[in-house]
Amino acid sequence: MTATPVPDEASEATRTLPRAEQPSITGSPEDAAPIMRRVKQKLTSRWATAAALLIAVIWTVPTFGLFVSSFRPAAKQVGPRSDGWWNFFGDWQFTFQHYIDVTASAGSQSPNLSQYFVNSLAIVIPVTLFILVLASMAAYIFAWGKFKGRDGLFIFVFALQIIPLQMSLIPLLQLFTQVLQMPSGSYAQLWIAHTMFGLPLGIFLLHNFISEIPGEMIEAARVDGAGHTTIFWRIILPLSVPALASLAIFQFLWVWNDLLVALVFSGGTADVAPITQRLAEISGTRGSRDYLNPAAAFVSIIVPLAVFFGLQRYFVRGLLAGGLKG
Amino acid sequence: MEFIGGKLLQVVIALAVFAAIIGLIMLVVDKAPKSSKDKLTVIGFLAPAAILMLVGLVYPAIQTSFFAFTDAKGQPNGVDNFVWMFTQPEALVTLRNTIVWTVLVPLLSTGFGLAYAVFIDKARGEKVLKALVFMPMAISFVGAGIIWKLVYDYRGPGIEQTGVLNFLRVALGMQPKQFLLDAPENTIFLIIVMVWIQTGFAMVVLSAAIKGVPTELVEAARLDGANPWQQFRNVTVPGIRGALVVVLTTITIATLKVFDIVRTMTAGNYDTSVVANEMYTQAFRAGEPGRGAALALVLFLLVLPIVVYNARVLRQQREIR
Repeated sequence: MTATPVPDEASEATRTLPRAEQPSITGSPEDAAPIMRRVKQKLTSRWATAAALLIAVIWTVPTFGLFVSSFRPAAKQVGPRSDGWWNFFGDWQFTFQHYIDVTASAGSQSPNLSQYFVNSLAIVIPVTLFILVLASMAAYIFAWGKFKGRDGLFIFVFALQIIPLQMSLIPLLQLFTQVLQMPSGSYAQLWIAHTMFGLPLGIFLLHNFISEIPGEMIEAARVDGAGHTTIFWRIILPLSVPALASLAIFQFLWVWNDLLVALVFSGGTADVAPITQRLAEISGTRGSRDYLNPAAAFVSIIVPLAVFFGLQRYFVRGLLAGGLKG
Repeated sequence: MEFIGGKLLQVVIALAVFAAIIGLIMLVVDKAPKSSKDKLTVIGFLAPAAILMLVGLVYPAIQTSFFAFTDAKGQPNGVDNFVWMFTQPEALVTLRNTIVWTVLVPLLSTGFGLAYAVFIDKARGEKVLKALVFMPMAISFVGAGIIWKLVYDYRGPGIEQTGVLNFLRVALGMQPKQFLLDAPENTIFLIIVMVWIQTGFAMVVLSAAIKGVPTELVEAARLDGANPWQQFRNVTVPGIRGALVVVLTTITIATLKVFDIVRTMTAGNYDTSVVANEMYTQAFRAGEPGRGAALALVLFLLVLPIVVYNARVLRQQREIR
């Protein structure tokens, strides 16, 4: 939502996202580490450790339960012989069939998730690219362009983050379908809507970073005869890679996990709808195939989890620089 | 897998069109005569984002503000939508729930996040311990809904329980409980899901802030004979006040807009609806766009002061630096 003025534990974050990351009073972590450790040894009581472990367990068990359930045979999950997922460790009945069933496209009744999975990718990848390019162009001008009212306009863009998504939905849907007559059954509405909603935060995050690039570098390039376009593509973008990576992960996760925008703009068919929407559909109706839900849910969260664990560093950095998009 | 072809084609076309537009802008800016070059650059670089934000955010926000004063047919009806919101029992339940959410979620998430951040600070395996609590942030609200439906699962008494919580209840000699059906406490059980997600955010931000508190201060307090609680209360907490404010306000805003959890777990039934969910239900399911718009407007008015406060705290901190 807005910048989060806290220092990151790693000094590299301070380096990459300069303005938002500066600690108010800078201690030098290298010198302080041994002292700190000594202090901590006194502070960390056995109770604190126990409480921390308890929290860690409570926070992990729900996801772990889902994971285990997704491999349990149908009869163990629903019906008279069903029992809790923890019994898995007693009888070891294991099946991979649910994962095959939820992804295969066998008739309209099957979850058919591979289709929706592809949809999610087809929505997320272009949106992320659009936002990266458009937001960095705007951020560059806000940081280094010269025109009247620049700062006022930038504050206005920043303020746009206040508008809840919910306020945009009704008019935007009318605009898309009635005024512009955009065809349903294509990704266009979702691409455009997500890009619109993602731009204010993207511009704000990238502006923080791009405005900290040393002015001498840009000046030197200008003296050498480089125009704005050359400076933008050859200097600004390559130097902004860490910030672009943070924003890309953020956008990726946010769009992948979105349900509201999808419900309003996708039309809900297998041609367009993302996996979250399908998941909400199949889990929302109680039926004889409820035993497929854990596997279905896991298929949908596998990509965000992979992105999260693979790129956690950038994710944390983005979070600290930009707070949360809401 | 033949379906992929058509989808891939759409994506490729979209990317090509986008690249063409950007390329054209760059070309025009680059080839412009010197006299108008700077002006064209500003316009060319800003216009695409500006147009998208005007059409996607500014215009709809204004439009919605007008919709809020119209009925289902689009005729002006004064403040009827707001009267409905503050008088009808089902709408009042929605407002009550929203208040409960916005009080409990920020407090609990920040509380757990802060405690956890303090407990594991400099502990062995800190990174792993952090990742475990942080992980729910990456999971969609829909996924979280399914995960927690499993936790809250209910079977009649006498049958083997499949949900962890009811299993524990039965093991302790209690009756199994329909966690998501029994109002009003079912709202609390939905709130727990949001707390589960947001705690990781609070923990990561606060943990970073705690590491920014100068060690000399903590050490000095310790030498002065402060016990761990006093050190935490009188040194650490004042040192991270800015981060605390940001975490609390950010989670409050996210909570005000919460939609997916309620949608997937109860769809707002059994007295669990909140403003953001009711807005969707009224506008897109019940055919009452006026009421939906009114709810969206209320949401905006609720979010507004928090954001303004947040921005002011931020500015003050920047000035201190």
